[in-house]
Amino acid sequence: MTIAALNSTSAPAILPGSGGMRGALSDLFWRKPQLLLFLMLAPPVLWLGIVYIGSLFALLAQSFFSIDEYSGLINHEFTLKTYGDLFRPANLDIIVRTVTMAVLVTLASAIIAFPIAYYAARYARGRWKALFYLGVMLPLWSSYLVKIYAWKLILAKEGILTWLLAKLHLLWVLDGWLSLPVVGGNSLSVSATGTFIAFVYVWLPFMILPVQAALERVPGNLVEASSDLGASPGQTFRNVLFPLALPGIVAGSIFTFSLTLGDYIIPQIIGTSRLFIGQAVYSQQGTAGNIPLAAAFTVVPIVIMGFYLWGAKRMGAFDAL
Amino acid sequence: MTSAVSFQKVSRHFGSVRAVDAVDLDIVPGEFFAMLGPSGSGKTTCLRLIAGFEQPTSGSISIFGERAEGVPPYRRNVNTVFQDYALFPHLNVLDNVAYGLMVKGVGKAERQKAAEEALSLVRLPGYGARRPGQLSGGQRQRVALARALVNQPKVLLLDEPLGALDLKLRENMQEELKSLQKALGITFIFVTHDQGEALSMADRVAVFNDGKIMQIGTPEDIYQRPKTRFVADFVGSSNVLPPDFVQRYSGQHRWGSLRPESIRIGRAAKGEGVAARLVGTNYLGATTKLALDAEGLRLHAIVPAGTKLPAEGEAVVLTFNREHLHLMDEPA
Repeated sequence: MTIAALNSTSAPAILPGSGGMRGALSDLFWRKPQLLLFLMLAPPVLWLGIVYIGSLFALLAQSFFSIDEYSGLINHEFTLKTYGDLFRPANLDIIVRTVTMAVLVTLASAIIAFPIAYYAARYARGRWKALFYLGVMLPLWSSYLVKIYAWKLILAKEGILTWLLAKLHLLWVLDGWLSLPVVGGNSLSVSATGTFIAFVYVWLPFMILPVQAALERVPGNLVEASSDLGASPGQTFRNVLFPLALPGIVAGSIFTFSLTLGDYIIPQIIGTSRLFIGQAVYSQQGTAGNIPLAAAFTVVPIVIMGFYLWGAKRMGAFDAL
Repeated sequence: MTSAVSFQKVSRHFGSVRAVDAVDLDIVPGEFFAMLGPSGSGKTTCLRLIAGFEQPTSGSISIFGERAEGVPPYRRNVNTVFQDYALFPHLNVLDNVAYGLMVKGVGKAERQKAAEEALSLVRLPGYGARRPGQLSGGQRQRVALARALVNQPKVLLLDEPLGALDLKLRENMQEELKSLQKALGITFIFVTHDQGEALSMADRVAVFNDGKIMQIGTPEDIYQRPKTRFVADFVGSSNVLPPDFVQRYSGQHRWGSLRPESIRIGRAAKGEGVAARLVGTNYLGATTKLALDAEGLRLHAIVPAGTKLPAEGEAVVLTFNREHLHLMDEPA
């Protein structure tokens, strides 16, 4: 375009007036950005504050009440008696079982997730990366219940796993494992091992994605620099990759750990009749009608997660963020 | 004498791209060697071949007489200063510098002492407790240098180490690197696209283009006696003169190179020379760069500041000393 062409168009006003109501509103928001921010944030903050946090506090308040054991009515007076009940052997057993399961599921998820996340972050490009995301996300799009019942069928005595092991003449391994106390049972689908497998399967994507995001942020030349300075691949993993991926592993473990602590469907469908925290909450507030004890049980994962995050922070898991 | 690094017909191809194409190269122990070239010319790939991050597609590389193909980077007594330093963000400066000794199993007290010494060598004593994120670009550069030097490598590779620094800092670091190299006597191999940097620091320079070495020589060789049009133009933006033009002044039908500072400008009325017209002037502080048009041939001249200049568009006469017209090997 030439200068003549630029000049030929009729010169617009230097400061044209705002056009109508909407223009005036835009101008107002431009001059007072805080107003726009307030209007945007008010509805979600109200939702979060009242509906979300508020209901949580209402629940927590319940845990400081107690149930009258004869009438079954709730006694609305402040007491720590319900928390004392948590330490009864039967209830403590539930807590220990759930926490142990959560720890094992988290460790297994981290060990399985790391190589997958590493491949996706370091090597997968273009189409393979899309395939990775699809592969990781696809199970999340399908129904949780369907997946668990599918696993029940896979793990059942007549299921494909038993059939496969029989074909491979490895049935003795499965039988040997199932004859062990605690982890064993009549078949995988009614054993603690089955519960563990289903948990790892269902929560694995929540571990892979944050670890992959953390590894994605580690520049490739740090790995090269480590190698250049004489570190073998194993040393590079221990001294560079793992510390830098740790925030991602911690983020992922928050999901796998807390989701396992709270879940009540998987152990109900796949596993033994021994209860987990989620099932205890479910039965206490439902059939037993003991809302204070159910509330006290829900406080347990919250407290454990609080300690967990505090410990992770002290370990320096968030330093590299 | 064995070469510090020796390339024999080394090629590195990425698919159909010949990043490095049949390069022969011998680097003398203890020399400051620069690899100069535009981006994508293969100089960084050559450096990565020496470090072990890349393996040659064909040809052989030896480092101090030992065959290097198939040897991983962590078993090469060669260290690299990376372009963007690649300092470990989760370690403090001291642990960064001591990293190479740590993975070799040197005890904590000993390696920290060595790291402190390396930090004082690069004039950063007492910075050990800081994190890389708390340092300026120039300081990070020095930490990266200390981290490489603490391992006492036989060869130090520097990949555009000064690229991210501002001009003043870059000039200081050039001098420091040069004196450090003299003091330590380590072979330095330095990759840069900045011809000024290569000429001022290196004992010898290899000019790269399209995966090939165009010329190897001392900075003076490269600057005064370029062999090809590419070298003449890339190093110091020489005036590349076509064979027909050169024939008139030297009698030989060959490509010529004439440095801008060798051209003198005279008034059109006076004396003999190349008739030209002044097209533009470019004030550079200490000098002024002139753009000239000699019957369709674009030429540049550099004159000291303060020289009386004709007005733009005026006819001028160009003269130069015949010895300054360098004839190049490249066939006409």
